[in-house]
Amino acid sequence: MSATAEAVTSSAAAFSPVADAVIDCDLKKVFYGDFLAVRDSRLPIEKGKITGFIGPSGCGKSTVLRSLNRMNDLIPTFRFEGHVKYHGQDVYGKKVDPVVVRRYIGMVFQQPNPFSMSIYDNVAFGLRLNRFKGDMDERVQKALERSALWNEVKDKLSNSGLSLSGGQQQRLCIARAIATEPDVLLMDEPCSALDPIATRQVEELMLELKERYTVALVTHNMQQAMRVADTTAFFGVDISAGGRTGYLVEMGETKQIFEDPQEQLTKQYVAGEFS
Amino acid sequence: MASNPFKNAASASTVSGPPSGGDYLADSVFRTVALTCAALIVVLILYILWEIGGLAVPAMAQHGLGFVSGTSWNVSQEEFGVLPEIWGTLYSSLLALVLGGVFGVAIAIFLTQDFIHARLAAVFRTIVELLAAIPSVVYGLWGIYVVIPLLRPGAEWLHQHLGFIPLFGTELSGPGLAPAALVLAIMILPTVAAISVDAFRRIPYKVKEAAYGMGTTRWEAILKVMLPTASSGILAALVLGFGRALGETMALAMLIGNSNQINLSLFAPANTLASLLASSFPEAGQVEVQALMYAAVVLLVITLIVNIAGLAIQQYTVRKFEGKT
Amino acid sequence: MSDIDLSSTAQAAPVMRLERQPFELRAMKSGLLTGLTWLIAILGSIPLFSVIVMLVMQGGARLDLEALTSLPPAGFEMGGGFANAIIGTLVMVAIATAISVPLGLLAAVYLAVLDPHSRLSSVARFVAKTLTGFPSILAGVFTYAVLVISFGYSALAGGVALAVLMLPTVVLAAEEAMKQVPQKMTDAAFGMGCTRSQVIWKVVLPTGLPGILTGIMLAVAGAAGESAPLLFTALFSNYFMTELMEPTASLSILIYNFSAMPFDNQIELAWAASLVLVLIVLVFNILARLIGRSKV
Repeated sequence: MSATAEAVTSSAAAFSPVADAVIDCDLKKVFYGDFLAVRDSRLPIEKGKITGFIGPSGCGKSTVLRSLNRMNDLIPTFRFEGHVKYHGQDVYGKKVDPVVVRRYIGMVFQQPNPFSMSIYDNVAFGLRLNRFKGDMDERVQKALERSALWNEVKDKLSNSGLSLSGGQQQRLCIARAIATEPDVLLMDEPCSALDPIATRQVEELMLELKERYTVALVTHNMQQAMRVADTTAFFGVDISAGGRTGYLVEMGETKQIFEDPQEQLTKQYVAGEFS
Repeated sequence: MASNPFKNAASASTVSGPPSGGDYLADSVFRTVALTCAALIVVLILYILWEIGGLAVPAMAQHGLGFVSGTSWNVSQEEFGVLPEIWGTLYSSLLALVLGGVFGVAIAIFLTQDFIHARLAAVFRTIVELLAAIPSVVYGLWGIYVVIPLLRPGAEWLHQHLGFIPLFGTELSGPGLAPAALVLAIMILPTVAAISVDAFRRIPYKVKEAAYGMGTTRWEAILKVMLPTASSGILAALVLGFGRALGETMALAMLIGNSNQINLSLFAPANTLASLLASSFPEAGQVEVQALMYAAVVLLVITLIVNIAGLAIQQYTVRKFEGKT
Repeated sequence: MSDIDLSSTAQAAPVMRLERQPFELRAMKSGLLTGLTWLIAILGSIPLFSVIVMLVMQGGARLDLEALTSLPPAGFEMGGGFANAIIGTLVMVAIATAISVPLGLLAAVYLAVLDPHSRLSSVARFVAKTLTGFPSILAGVFTYAVLVISFGYSALAGGVALAVLMLPTVVLAAEEAMKQVPQKMTDAAFGMGCTRSQVIWKVVLPTGLPGILTGIMLAVAGAAGESAPLLFTALFSNYFMTELMEPTASLSILIYNFSAMPFDNQIELAWAASLVLVLIVLVFNILARLIGRSKV
């Protein structure tokens, strides 16, 4: 156990974060009430890249992701030790409003969750929220084009967002998230509720998105990480303390993680020995 | 938000910005107002207790507990007692509960235990809901011109042949306990049925499966498994239905005869606390108003106790099925 | 060991009959109970049909333009109607709605979204539930104590009394409707950087609107049919209302007053007024159902 912990720190340190990390996340301990959900996970999210989070279920990868834009603040029992820095500034600083953080760090959720309003209003939601004064139609169209949904919905923008298929709904949610052009996009298993064709479309979308955005992607699907992520962080579960505590095992270039993992645990996971 | 630490960090094309000062102001004002409104509900019930109680204090001081055991209501001699009204309230509500309870629970079984096609069940459910929607005063009118004439021949026969039984000890000369209790039973039936339906619905399907799997007939499953499992929910339904009956006013004021007497007979006129308030308040002078406020306090206390008991049982039922007890 | 067991059961086992036995006790009991249940369900629906038949026959016979447009007749007068009572009922229900809906909705926002697990929320929720079982006449007694003693009988007092009765219904229904809004939708709104109020205004309220409106309509329907709280708050009037601070007629009190009169004309009018009242209540009930069905 102590050996693993040592290995963790060493391997995490071994991966030297590039200077222009947009988010520097160091979660020493994350609790929900008394339950230790994540420990010892330090990872940088680099600019203009897709950082993939992989690992078995219950390894806390979603918890880590949700800590980045303070979505975890909605859970009253959440608390943590460590820091999350966004462009060098403490996201959990005393004077920082989580609402503001979430406006710069957008999020796409596991379940497609369009609002029960028209397709247009869904995409315009963030623009209106931020009191955008420019050409709303143009922005909405641009966001829908970028999320590869425009051609399918351009004639029915006033239909309810809930009338779309699951895959379309998820792309609508991506359009909604990128309409305001946030700096960072967090994606929490965005394809888990989608069929293979829709998954393919969303993956292609991600690759285009990284041209403009920094993306952090949680996925339970290793192939997906292989296909889209530039950098991959592998999380493991430590059950030695009784509960299920997630921690960062290894992080590196995606190619290196899958072809030449440094840790035994990563090797086994990548080889499909457990999931 | 004068300083925005993230401003410089984000890309130039972003629309993102912190909420405006107006947004923050609106947020805190709205949250405060909502909190105030929630608190107002609690304040309201305290205020109700305070106001009614406050006006009843002089009468309470003057009549004390004798008010509850007194049997005459004589304004000119300032004699006030509500024992007949308490008797009438409890008696009529109990009768209504027995009748409405049996009907309500039976209808709940009928609606939930696969007796009829789902579409027909929806029709019956609508009928029960419409029963609840008809205003009390319309039931009163219907009671006067339909129920009383309908009951009279039967009541007469019972009085003539079985008059030695106290229940049939008097004639039904018009308004009286029987028509009042009958109409009251119809009025509480929807409450009992709705909460009982809820209690049956809460039973996990696997319980029913288990019963049938043991080789029970439908009725054995209902009587030996479903009813006992739903019992606490049904009890809550009965108690809450009883509470509703206790407070019901108009139909009773129109049907019970407003007579200040204690009589076991189903056909004798009687009175209830609520209909005493309804019939005496509009013309009451100051002294009588104080006595009526005291009567209101008595009614309030009785219904509060019954309702809180009903809610507590209901709460317990919900917890039981969520596995929290 | 197992050998012995097997043989002994084989000997003791009676001949198994899987066919239905029609005169078996348990089958007969089942049939009887089923018949009884059907009987009760049918008996239970008779009152509704009887009320409807009476309303249509008695009330329909007298429901004409005169009844809808004239003032109530005095003692031996013939003709007349209850126009002032229709107006009074509508005005008082409107007052009650104007008071109870904003208050109830805001309270429900607090209970459902802002702080569902706080002490205040659980107490307020409990109070609202207790108030739904509150005898309606006590709302009248309360309003009498607060308003009537100082300002006299009035439409305003009637409206306040009805508001006290509507409030808990509105609160509980609106809370329930807001809780039905899926968490993933509110999560999405928070993820976009909404403040709590923005989440409520832009997502929770619009999404929960059908349920909220259903609750409001049911509360309005209930208030329109109420009479006990109006008895000694609004009292009654034989004339059209000219202001909010004077005694005001309502359909339900008119029915109550006329039902006890020894004149056929008044009793016929009571039936006609009942028909109108039931129609008003039904319209709101049906509206509630239609809105409730149009959910997303």
